[in-house]
Amino acid sequence: MNAPPLQTREERVSYLGAGHSLRSWLLTTDHKRIAILYLVAITIFFAIAAVGAALIRLQLMSPAGEILSHEGYNRAFTLHGVVMVWFFLIPSIPNTFGNFLIPLMIGAKDLAFPRLNLASWYIFVIGGIVTLYALIAGGVDTGWTFYTPLSTMFANGHVLAVITGITIAGFSSILTGLNFIVTVHKLRAPGMTWGRLPLFVWSHYATSVILVLATPVLAMTLVLLGAERALHLGVFDPTIGGDPLLFQHLFWFYSHPAVYIMILPAMGVVSELVTAGARKRVFGYWFVACASLAIAGVGFLVWGHHMFVSGQSPYAGAIFSFLSLAVAVPSAVKVYNWTATLYKGEVVLDPPLLYGMAFVGLFTIGGLSGLMLALLAIDEHVHDTYFVVAHFHYIMVGGAVSGFLGAAHFWWPKITGRMYPLVWGRISAGLIFLGFNLTFFPQYLLGYLGMPRRYPTYPPQFQALNVLSSAGASVLFVAYVLPLAYFTWSLRNGRAAGPNPWDASGLEWTTPSPPPKHNFDETPVVDRPAYDYPLTRAAPDE
Amino acid sequence: MSDYVTLREPYAARRQQSDADFLGMYVFLATEAMLFGALMCLTFMYRAEHPQASALAARQMQLWIGAANTGILLTSSLFVALGVQAAREGGRRMTAGMLGAAMALGVLFLALKGAEYGLDYKDGLMPVVGHPSPVREGPAGLFIDLYFIATALHALHMAIGLAVLGTTAALVLRGAKQLPQQAVVVEMSGLYWHFVDVVWVFLFPLFYLARG
Repeated sequence: MNAPPLQTREERVSYLGAGHSLRSWLLTTDHKRIAILYLVAITIFFAIAAVGAALIRLQLMSPAGEILSHEGYNRAFTLHGVVMVWFFLIPSIPNTFGNFLIPLMIGAKDLAFPRLNLASWYIFVIGGIVTLYALIAGGVDTGWTFYTPLSTMFANGHVLAVITGITIAGFSSILTGLNFIVTVHKLRAPGMTWGRLPLFVWSHYATSVILVLATPVLAMTLVLLGAERALHLGVFDPTIGGDPLLFQHLFWFYSHPAVYIMILPAMGVVSELVTAGARKRVFGYWFVACASLAIAGVGFLVWGHHMFVSGQSPYAGAIFSFLSLAVAVPSAVKVYNWTATLYKGEVVLDPPLLYGMAFVGLFTIGGLSGLMLALLAIDEHVHDTYFVVAHFHYIMVGGAVSGFLGAAHFWWPKITGRMYPLVWGRISAGLIFLGFNLTFFPQYLLGYLGMPRRYPTYPPQFQALNVLSSAGASVLFVAYVLPLAYFTWSLRNGRAAGPNPWDASGLEWTTPSPPPKHNFDETPVVDRPAYDYPLTRAAPDE
Repeated sequence: MSDYVTLREPYAARRQQSDADFLGMYVFLATEAMLFGALMCLTFMYRAEHPQASALAARQMQLWIGAANTGILLTSSLFVALGVQAAREGGRRMTAGMLGAAMALGVLFLALKGAEYGLDYKDGLMPVVGHPSPVREGPAGLFIDLYFIATALHALHMAIGLAVLGTTAALVLRGAKQLPQQAVVVEMSGLYWHFVDVVWVFLFPLFYLARG
């Protein structure tokens, strides 16, 4: 396919017009082009992981299982989990929209280390290819959690190759987080004080802290796992005194904060969507900003709630339960503040705000069920059931993916310079909300009734709810394909967006769409707070 | 003029750029600290669970080689610190010389480490290869395995550190990096070397000294 023609003057002088060869893309150090490289890569990974989800939902259409062997089912859900978590959700918003927008939002020409940024993309792609090789060459049946001793002694399949791929991709996360932290500290434009940073930047800052501090722990854990599997070193081997539970502790020390790596950037997106959609200053700026930091901080101390039934000490369980309830407080602060921002705003129901509201609704349901799971007694009952599956999908898909799509609908005109059809945007936002609830709400009920996760078959009385869930998944499928179609269409046929199609505040809307290669013709000087609605900025011709 | 030579995109001032370099390096070292921290934390947990076995494992280690290596590595850090000071003062040859001395000590460290692995092999401590000594059976084997993982990973970092110091020294000597304007390059390499040194300062007591 030929690249779409650059029709307007803005497009020809933009970063899109700076070279058309493949080489000019693959060797670019422009954060905006690297963001697009990431967008292409993670869209492919999303599609692959979605195939895994489709296989699961097809299999569970009937009690005896429809299409997969039991072994094949294990491999399908492992593929789905591994690729979705590490190759879509973790990099989704930070590496695409964060990469594209953070320099624009703080008035910088690029990230602090542009070549490192490109290197992180290559590392990510190499990690992805290694993982995909393993998943295609036969797959893995351990689930995405790789619990020992299953993964070290018993599992067949390409465990080593998959954990190698994940470890490699982890370094890409670390480099991105490092780049964001240094950029926010050192490259803010004159006048862009910490108190004037957009909340999107605050939430990415908090995310980056988690990325650089938690990811190396996962890397070490997987190295130890690999050493035990490949060389039979006894790291977690209970026969010589090793402790498989230590693996779980180390794994969740990364993997619970990883949930906040997924949700914090989406929260940052929603703060932007809600203020722009309500044409109003955000309610309680400092509360929302500090809530991001609080979530990142307390999020490091809640991992033990994954292990309530593992036999850990009941005192540890009680403390982890308390801390898990505590981390809900800053999350709730955000939800209340977004709602208060909408109150008496000049609300326009454009697609970005619809996605933002879908996020708030789905995240609230997921968060409330998270409170239930943080309670020892309830968790004992629903541990490893579909209740847990429904809970984390409400957060990761209802929350993070809605945030991702909301960001795409909000900043697409900035990234490409083109508008997409708003009507279709509204339709797809509605379909997401509908399809998502249809897919995952029945899973709460299934879990509460006792259906365990990761089983390829189930008793006949669970069929109706499972069929509902599979039907919802097909609605979701349509809702994901629609934006892909009209976004692609808009590249050629969308009308020119202009610098600020949503009348939104923020430095990124003061540059042309798409932005020029160096973002700003002159380094901007900031003299007003974030979200200074109603916009009183003088028009350029006055 | 020097500003023009040394300023990279996207920076507006040299001070801003070197501040960013420092912060980037410190953040990177924080991730490295978490990497080794996970391993040390795991070892501490096992020590609490199996105190006798961990002491038994520590008694198998070549204490004197470990102690000599500790001295060697600390001295190499001294040379790196002197090299950084020389770079700040613009002494091209002095800087390269100090980094070279540090590298020589680093190579000596790795050579002694290799000899120590040889002795470990003879004692049957190595996993996978050799005739396993009876000490390897049971929890003491756990600590011996962790010792090999930790020291091998540290040796890998040493090798990377040697490459970094070597490249820096060569760039300085050839004039590709100008001193003192670009002394920050020497400081970055030095910080990495000091970090690798600090890791050893923790590994040595953890695996060698707690033998009681």
